Amino acid sequence: MAAKAVKIDYPKRHDGRNWEDLREIEAKVGIIPRADGSAMFRIGHTVAYAAVYGPRELHPKFMQNPETGILRCRYNMMPFSGHGERVRPGTSRRSQEISMLTSKALMPVLDLKECPNSVVDVFIELPETDAGTRCAGITAAAMALADAGLVMKDLVASLSMGHYNGRIMADIDGYEDCDVGISDIPLAYIPTLDKFSLLQLDGDVPKEDLMKILTIAKKKAMDIYKVQQQALKAKFATEKVER
Amino acid sequence: MKDNILKYIVKGMRYDRRKFDEYRTVTVEYGVSHAAEGSARVRIGETEVIAGVKLSLEKPYPDTPSQGNLMINAELTPMSSPLFETGPPGEQAIELSRVIDRGIRESKAIDLTKLCVKEGEKVWSVMVDIVTVNDAGNLFDAGALAAIAALKNAVFPTVKEDGSVDYAKKTDKHVPLVQTPIAITVIKIGDQLIIDPLPEEEAALDARLTIAFNDANMLCAMQKGGPGYFTTEELIQAADIAIEKGKELRRALD
Repeated sequence: MAAKAVKIDYPKRHDGRNWEDLREIEAKVGIIPRADGSAMFRIGHTVAYAAVYGPRELHPKFMQNPETGILRCRYNMMPFSGHGERVRPGTSRRSQEISMLTSKALMPVLDLKECPNSVVDVFIELPETDAGTRCAGITAAAMALADAGLVMKDLVASLSMGHYNGRIMADIDGYEDCDVGISDIPLAYIPTLDKFSLLQLDGDVPKEDLMKILTIAKKKAMDIYKVQQQALKAKFATEKVER
Repeated sequence: MKDNILKYIVKGMRYDRRKFDEYRTVTVEYGVSHAAEGSARVRIGETEVIAGVKLSLEKPYPDTPSQGNLMINAELTPMSSPLFETGPPGEQAIELSRVIDRGIRESKAIDLTKLCVKEGEKVWSVMVDIVTVNDAGNLFDAGALAAIAALKNAVFPTVKEDGSVDYAKKTDKHVPLVQTPIAITVIKIGDQLIIDPLPEEEAALDARLTIAFNDANMLCAMQKGGPGYFTTEELIQAADIAIEKGKELRRALD
């Protein structure tokens, strides 16, 4: 959402968090047995499910690439998941853009050259949302890709930063985004490569503050990264090994 | 595959060693999406569906000026099965929506007259969306149970002075649910009637019958599917099984 013309005073966060605090986070791997890989990521009241199918044969055939497999992501809000009216099923301009950005955010950690002509499908569905949905989707999708056993350079941890009246904050929620009008900066971070694979900005941010935002974002992404790793370990620790 | 399933069935066996009239464990979890006016998650074994209710104020249909609207929609997400594709709903999703819709509508589960705000001008529209999370078979029963559970959980949002809806503030007033219809699907493979099918069994079915009935076990909607047929005796037997098993699903709702 665009920042409001007249900025209201927002001296402390409405839910009692400190400026750099994330909402409560939770991650689970292997939630969809039918899929090749799956995961759930929850941050506050934003929940993302991700399922991975593939590598599998790509249709339509003209999209096939003999050099490499391709990654195809689909971001979708469940019809009842938005605060407000029902979200009509099917794609929208918004969901198509987010789907595209999600695959670009995940591509740098994947290498699909081993599976030419095929596709890895990632389906992201959100049962409830309170801002930061694309970030939660990317975070869940990274875990699901790892769960599917794909070769990956690293996971991707994603969150949304905020900037308002000279103040930098982490993980803005729906109220802060829409009602306060805080500038929204979704980003995705690849820890071992120390690189960003998603960056957007909606609102205004002085150039001098960009470095500070990125530094805090990295620190907070590492918190998410740890939870992602724990969730993956938890699944494979409980899985029975058949001999 | 189909021959294999049939071979098992003739021997009196199922892939997961269940009896023919044995249901998997059913769980219902309420209020799984804070954004919705009502929501529920249903699990039947590994099958998982989520249903959510959204309410809005709309103009009534001209032929029912003093009644609210009810809409039921099911999405077979590509997330939940390798066999479901992206794109507009196919005939499978449409049949699922319509069968679930019929059970709820024909049992008069919701008192639609109580949804009237101003006759001919403004009524509440109740929209139930059922979304599949994992398809391990029997989406008909799971979807119908999730829809009725989400409706049980649904409360009205507040209406502002200007007549618009304030979704951020919910009231404690529930949607007027006067019946709790239950749907049970009985499938037939060879000459055997089976309930709560796995996807492999669904792929091999000759015929399918979904029966919905109300609190008094009055049958209120039925739909036969699949390429084969049922005998008269089989239909009566299917109705008996459905009503007997309905008790288990009703218990899961409490």
